[in-house]
This record gives sequence, C-alpha cells and structure tokens, in this order.
Amino acid sequence: MKHYWRQFKSSYFLYSFRRDPVAVISFVILLLLILLSFSAPLIAPYDPYDTASIDIMDAEIPPAWMEEGNTAYLLGTDIQGRDLLSTIMYGMRVSVLIGCGAVILQAFIGIFIGLISGYAGGRLDAFLMRVADVQLSFSTMMVAILISAIFQVAFGVGKFEEMAVPLLVVIIGLAEWPQYARTVRASVLGEKKKEYVEAARVIGFGPLRIMFRHILPNTLSPVLVISTVQVANAVMSEAALSFLGLGMPVTKPSLGSLINSGFEYIFSGSWWITFFPGLLLVIFVLVINLLGDWLRDVLNPKLYKG
Amino acid sequence: MSHLLEVKNLEVRFALRFGDLTAIDGVSFTLDKGERLGLVGESGAGKSVTGFAIINLISKPGYISRGHILFDGENLAELPGEKMRDIRGNRISMIFQDPMMTLNPVLTIGTQMCETLMAHRNISRKQAEAVALEKLRKVYISSPEQRLSQYPHEFSGGMRQRIVIAIALLTDPALIIADEPTTALDVTIQAEIMDLLLELCASEDMGLILITHDLGVVSRVTEKIAVMYAGKIVESGPTENIITDPLHPYTKGLIRALPDPERRGQGERLQQIPGTMPTLTALPRGCSFHPRCEIKGGICEKEIPESRAVKGQKREVACHMAENPSPPPVYEREGA
Amino acid sequence: MNSRQTEKILSVRNLVKHFDISGGFLEQLAFEKGKIIRRHTVVKALNNVSFSIAPGEIFSVVGESGCGKSTLARTAIGLYPPDSGEVFFGGERIDHLSPRQMLPFRARMQMIFQDPYASLNPRMTVRQILEEPVFFHRPGISRAEAGDRVAAVMEQVGVDPQWAGRYPHEFSGGQRQRISIARALMVDPEFIVADEPISALDVSIQAQILNLLMEAREKRGLTYMIITHDLSVVAHISSRVAVMYLGSLCELSPADQMFDHPRHPYTRALLSAIPRLGSKKKHIRLTGEVPTPIRLPSGCVFHGRCPYADARCKTEIPLPLSPEPGIITACHGLEEGRIPLSPE
Repeated sequence: MKHYWRQFKSSYFLYSFRRDPVAVISFVILLLLILLSFSAPLIAPYDPYDTASIDIMDAEIPPAWMEEGNTAYLLGTDIQGRDLLSTIMYGMRVSVLIGCGAVILQAFIGIFIGLISGYAGGRLDAFLMRVADVQLSFSTMMVAILISAIFQVAFGVGKFEEMAVPLLVVIIGLAEWPQYARTVRASVLGEKKKEYVEAARVIGFGPLRIMFRHILPNTLSPVLVISTVQVANAVMSEAALSFLGLGMPVTKPSLGSLINSGFEYIFSGSWWITFFPGLLLVIFVLVINLLGDWLRDVLNPKLYKG
Repeated sequence: MSHLLEVKNLEVRFALRFGDLTAIDGVSFTLDKGERLGLVGESGAGKSVTGFAIINLISKPGYISRGHILFDGENLAELPGEKMRDIRGNRISMIFQDPMMTLNPVLTIGTQMCETLMAHRNISRKQAEAVALEKLRKVYISSPEQRLSQYPHEFSGGMRQRIVIAIALLTDPALIIADEPTTALDVTIQAEIMDLLLELCASEDMGLILITHDLGVVSRVTEKIAVMYAGKIVESGPTENIITDPLHPYTKGLIRALPDPERRGQGERLQQIPGTMPTLTALPRGCSFHPRCEIKGGICEKEIPESRAVKGQKREVACHMAENPSPPPVYEREGA
Repeated sequence: MNSRQTEKILSVRNLVKHFDISGGFLEQLAFEKGKIIRRHTVVKALNNVSFSIAPGEIFSVVGESGCGKSTLARTAIGLYPPDSGEVFFGGERIDHLSPRQMLPFRARMQMIFQDPYASLNPRMTVRQILEEPVFFHRPGISRAEAGDRVAAVMEQVGVDPQWAGRYPHEFSGGQRQRISIARALMVDPEFIVADEPISALDVSIQAQILNLLMEAREKRGLTYMIITHDLSVVAHISSRVAVMYLGSLCELSPADQMFDHPRHPYTRALLSAIPRLGSKKKHIRLTGEVPTPIRLPSGCVFHGRCPYADARCKTEIPLPLSPEPGIITACHGLEEGRIPLSPE
C-alpha cells in the first residue's frame, strides 16, 4: 500500500494535476459539493422530507440578505415553505446518486458489449453496433417518456414516485450505454492487434480470459475520461427529465425538479427558487467537464506513456 | 577554405519537470562541400537531435543552450525564424525515416513538389513542374509526367522515399540531412536508395549528413564518421580508419558485434557489449561509457574524457584509455 | 540430414494462407466500366510452403516485408488456421485441433515477438506476466513453487528477480525482450518461434539477446524457428535458412551453403545488398516494380525483378526441387542450368 502511495506521489498524474490550477479548483469545488450533499442529513439546517416541520406560512421567503429575508432561511424558501438551502443539499444528493448510478449501469452494459463486439468482430460486431446505433437514435427523453409512461400505467403514480430513483438510473443507463460500447470497442480494436494479445493466445488462454484479464485493463483510460463527461450528462438528463415532470417528484426533489417547481414563480418575483438550484447544477456540471478535459489530456497516450 | 558546415560545442537541453536534461553535450564537427558524414549511434544517443538542431527545429521544451552552427558563415543557432525558414528546406534539406512524414497524403506529388519550390523561388507553376520532372528523373522514377498527378499512397515504400529525395533536391541544396532514410525499407531497396544518395552527392556536389544506427550502411556511403554515445561524440574521423582500427572501446564493441563471416555456424555466439546505454537522466559520473567498458581505469569513473586528436591521423577520440593497448578480444557469454 | 531417420519436431506441408481484407459489404463495391461490381481483395500471404525442422535446429526464415514470413510463423504455431495444407508437431497433425485439444501442444511451443513494447501487457507486473502461463498449464502448482520458477527464469535471462514487482514500462527495450523470452521459457517448451526477435533493438543490445537465445537453447535443448528480414546477423547462427519471396519459398539450404554459394537469383541479390563493413562491392541491382501479395505475378513470383527471367518464368510456377540433398530451390533457370551455379 505504502509503495503505491509513493508511486502515486511521484507520478506524472499528480504532477500535472498540481500544475493545472483549473483542475485543482474544479476538484476542490466538486469535492465540496459532494461532501455538502452527502452530509446533508447532518449539517442541513432543516429536513425537507419531514412534512411536520414545514409551514406553508413560510413560503416564498426571499434570501436572507434581501429586505423581506429571514436569517433563519439563508437562501430563502420555496413555495411549500421548505428551506431552500436544505432542499438544494438534499436535492443535489439525489442528483449525484442518479448520475453515478446511471453511469455505472451504462459502463457495465457498454463495456461488456464493446468488449465482445471488438474482440469477436465479424457479424456479431456488426449486429451489436447496429443495436447501439438504434439505441442512440432514441433520445434519452423518448426512452424516459416510454418507460415512465408504461410504469405509471402499470403500477400507478404512487409507486412511480416511490421507485423514481432506481427507475431514473435504469432509464438514463439504458439510453446512453452505446457511448461506452463504442469507446471500448474502438480501443479493443487497437489493443487486440498488439503482440501481448497474441502472446496470450500462444499460451492457450481462452477468449473470455484474454478479453477481461488482458484487454479490458488496457481500455480503461478512455473509459475513465468519458465517465466524467457521462456523469455530467447523466445529471443533466436527470435535471431535464425532472424539469419536464418525468423525473423526481416534488416531495423528493432533485436539482431538476427544484428548478421546475420554482419556474412558475419566476415572473411573480420569486426568482431564487429556480436560480440557486440552477446555478449549482451549472457549477456541478462545469467542474466535472473541466476535470474531464484535464483527464483526457493527461491520459492521452501520445502525451504520456504509462 | 572555410567549411560548409561547422558545428562547434553544440549543447541542446530539454527543460523537464525535474530540471534540465542535456541531450547533446558539446558536439563539434565540420563538413566541407560535397563531403559525406555519418552520425552513428543507438537510439537516444542524440544523433537525431543533432540533425534537428542544425536546421533549428528543436521543439519545446528543447532549446540550443550553447555553441554555434556555422553554415556558409552564418550562425544558424541564432538566426531569426524568418531567415531560418529561408535556409531550411532550401539550402539545407532533410529526409526522414518515414516518407509519410514529408509527404502529405491528400495532395498529389506534383502539387507538393511545385508548392515546395514556389515557396522558395519566384517562379511560375509551369517552370516549377519542369524542375520537378527533372528531379524525378534524377531519382530514377519512371514516366515522371504521369507520377506528378498521383497520390503518395499509390507508391511503394521505396518509391516514396525516392520522391522524398526528389523533393529534397528541388531547391538544389548544399546540404542534405538524412535521418535513418532506409531503416523502414527492405535491404534490396535500402541498397538502391543508398546508391542513389551516393550518386547524387557526387553529381550535385552536395554535403550529406547520414544519421543511422547501421555501421554497415555508413561504411558504404560516407567519408567521415562521428560515433555518438549518450549525447557526446566519442570518436570521429575518416570512415576508413574508424572501421579498420577503431580506438574507442564503444566503437570497437559496435564493430565486433557485427557478424563475422569467419565465425558463423549453428548456435555461434556474437561478441556483445554488456549492459545498456544509460538514460540521460541518470548518466554515470566521469566517462558515460565506463560501466560497460572493458578497458576502464580509475580515472574513467572520475573525469569526463575530453575529445583529443590522435597522433598522425585526422581523427579524434574521447577516451582516457584509448591509446593503451587493447586486450585481446574477450569472448563473453553472459549479459549484464 | 535424413528425414526418415530423424523425427521432425515441426513440419508443414503445402501451406496456403490467404487473408480477405476487403472489409464490409459496402467497401467491397467498386465501380468499373459503368457497372457496380463486388470485389474481394485477398492478400495471398502463403502459397504452397513446405519444410520441416529437426529437433535442435536453428531454422531461419528470411525475407523482405510482405513476403509472408510472419504469417508462416503464426500459422505454424497455430495462431492462424491454414486455408489448406498441414502442420505437424512432433509427428501429430495440429492444424485442425480444437483449442482444448491444442492445449497440451501450447505448452510445448512458444513464441517470442518483435516489438518488446507491445508484447508485454502494460497493466501487468512482470511477476504476473510470468506466473500466468505456469498457473494455467500446471493448475496444481503452489504459489511458492511458481515464485521460485519465476525467480529462476528471470535469473537465467539476466533480469534481476527483485524487479518482478515492476511494470514493463519501467524496463528498457532490451530488458523487455529478455522478459518476453522469460515468458516463453516459463512453460518449458521444446520449440520456440521467434518473430524478428532483435530487429526492434539497438545494435549493441541485439548481440546480447541473440546470445541469450543461444544459451537458453544449449541449456534446455530448444529448437528455434527464427523469422527475420536480416540475413546478416541471424542467419549466422542458424543451421538452415529458408528464403521467402511473396509467399513462396525460393531457396532452402544449410546456412554456410547459403552464404558461400547462393543459388536462387533472389537470394543472390539479397545477400549482395547487405551492407558490410568496409566493403564497397557493387550489389546486384534489381529492376522493376516490387509486386504486392494482393496481385501476385503469374508464373514465378520473382520474374518481374529477376535478371535471368525468360518466357517460361512468366507463365509457369517453378516447383521446389532438390538439386543436392538438403538443398531446395524453386527456379526454372537453375533447373535448366541457364544460371551459372557460383557467381563471380
């Protein structure tokens, strides 16, 4: 363990990270946001899930620094009288959970299909890639509308609200796996020509072992890079779906449904209900994308041979 | 008479994260008009960097930190970019190992040749084409008129390298730097290209710097050799002398490692130099060859040997022990 | 060498291997004379190649790029199935075996590759690379025993066993090639195919690696088949040399015969083209275009560049003939006596 730590400390990875202020700042902000959202139950001033503590009389209080503001509610309250700061923290946790969950599902399906497709080649490859093309030509929205509509008809709206988080993970995961499959397939095609794969075949290993033990670890760099972008995309998709009312219910708000719930009140002057969650969403997606850019530069095999 | 090219005390450094790295350390040599010099060494010895330094094409983080490169009286190391462009590709041409580094795959040979020429000469396309045809004939490309409208991928590797040579000849350069021009080619083609270069140098009175790892090729083509090791020239002089009587133990090792027709047979061993060339980041103290040297003395581990002239010959060697009688060849079996 | 007395370790008979590189359906379509036609592009890598290797031999296959020598190596070791022809290993036919039936042979023959930077998995430590084949072929072996073997083999190839925990990129090219050799030795093979084992290495390292191979051969009684484009270095240590041109065997003879009395016109040109120290001797100039294995010339594949070619060479494929025991040549000119036997 100590050896790995030492190796990490002297690595090019860390060196280029420390030399890139954008990456460092992005990383710090990201870490901060994630910490805030996951420690929400501990540090948030109120519990937005606790309907008993919400008073409709506190609705639409502007942020604390404004004239009608109340220092008890730093960023003001939403239309139901929930403290906006607390709601955002909880909402962000939901968004991050859905984003990461969806990406893990995408990666799982995509890597598997990409590996098989790239290694097997021929007709199987052609078939799997056409399936991926078909999947890509359905937008996330269409998949979401389809699945959520079917689910709501089959099990009712109440069940849908209960199952919203895993359902969104499945929807976004299913819609975006071709990204992974294509990336993995492309690098498998490059790797499988290399002599270490032939060496493994000379030893007599079967195709599964060669695929998963020998080729897969060598395709993970690009997977890591697109994963950052995919997390950002998944969070965005979730927000968009929730904004359209196809995602998280208002009782368990995510950033997207918060933005949605405040949207109707912008013109009546309550801009903060939409603005703060929106700002947070933009910052969150931006820092992930900035980190992704940096990661792509670092892991570029032309610049760095590791 | 002054030399066509005089490189003196050239030092090239690369600014890396753990500090500066000296890739070329005090390299000096001269080349006269029409003379052919072979720069010989293993990968990482600094021979390609030397070639790039002459045409001032060292890319960041590398830079020329010391020394001068006099070409026809001008110091190329300090020439501003504008003027350098006038010399590079015009009076000094370069040929690379991979012809596709020079050739643009989406342009026809004719377009590439004419544009190269028109960038340096104030002539019309028609005149440029005439020159291109003449040069293609010089490198023995059959039916050059048709070739002009073809794309690089339509040619075989050997033909491509001929075209690259034709492009290098376009501006009638005084000096050609060829960096491993035949390494990617088959032996039969390699021999043809080398013959061609040799012939062209004589007919056009061009200087040639041939950068290669292959002593056999160098001995066939060049008049002078400079052997590089870990960023320094360890031995230089007339090809004849160096091949028949190498003084530096590294040169000796290289020559002995070549197969000897007298000692062939099943399972026969070759003479080997033990160890590997040190990386530039971890050069040993003193002479950088001493860990692999079989004649090293105490001084070799402490002092860096200066290049010194050999009595009675036009050659230099950078070795403390070179004039000591070398021991009879030892037949090693075990590598380090 | 009498083939009936000595058991051959490897022999191939009438090996043919073609690759279809025309790609997908759309890429095969071509437009010709106003019609759309479907065209297959086929690389004819091996055309009717036969030879056998006796135990203990160092058999070199020499040829220029595109002559099919690498395909020959990979077909012989079972990486590619041949289109037709037979491969025998230790007297048993192996070219049509299933992967499972092939397993016992896998441990008996191994391969060393050209590029030491691509032939070792960059994500595995040297120990993992070396242990893996042992655990695979001898499932019962204990961890300690495998570790001992790794150390012993690393020692033998001249890499400090203490470095077993490192990754390939921490080693130089020469050391990587040693590790590559070590991997091949781990399963105690009898027969090793080396595909250009030294051509990616620096001159001063080449000799070290060749010597290491020779040493391993002596200690373990190995048989080698060495694929190379370099007649000068590798052939010097060989017992027999086969020269290939465009997927066909031109000449096969004992190494000293090959060097002192090259017969086939291509062998002569190849030998004369080798840059030798201090020799200013003129080499034999070959004229004509170098053909590709996609459009093989009719008749003798070498006729377009051969100074002795006549009408018969353009139409009739020369058969491999044995003018003397142990020597095989495929050339009409030699057969008819048109070409003088010893040049100069």
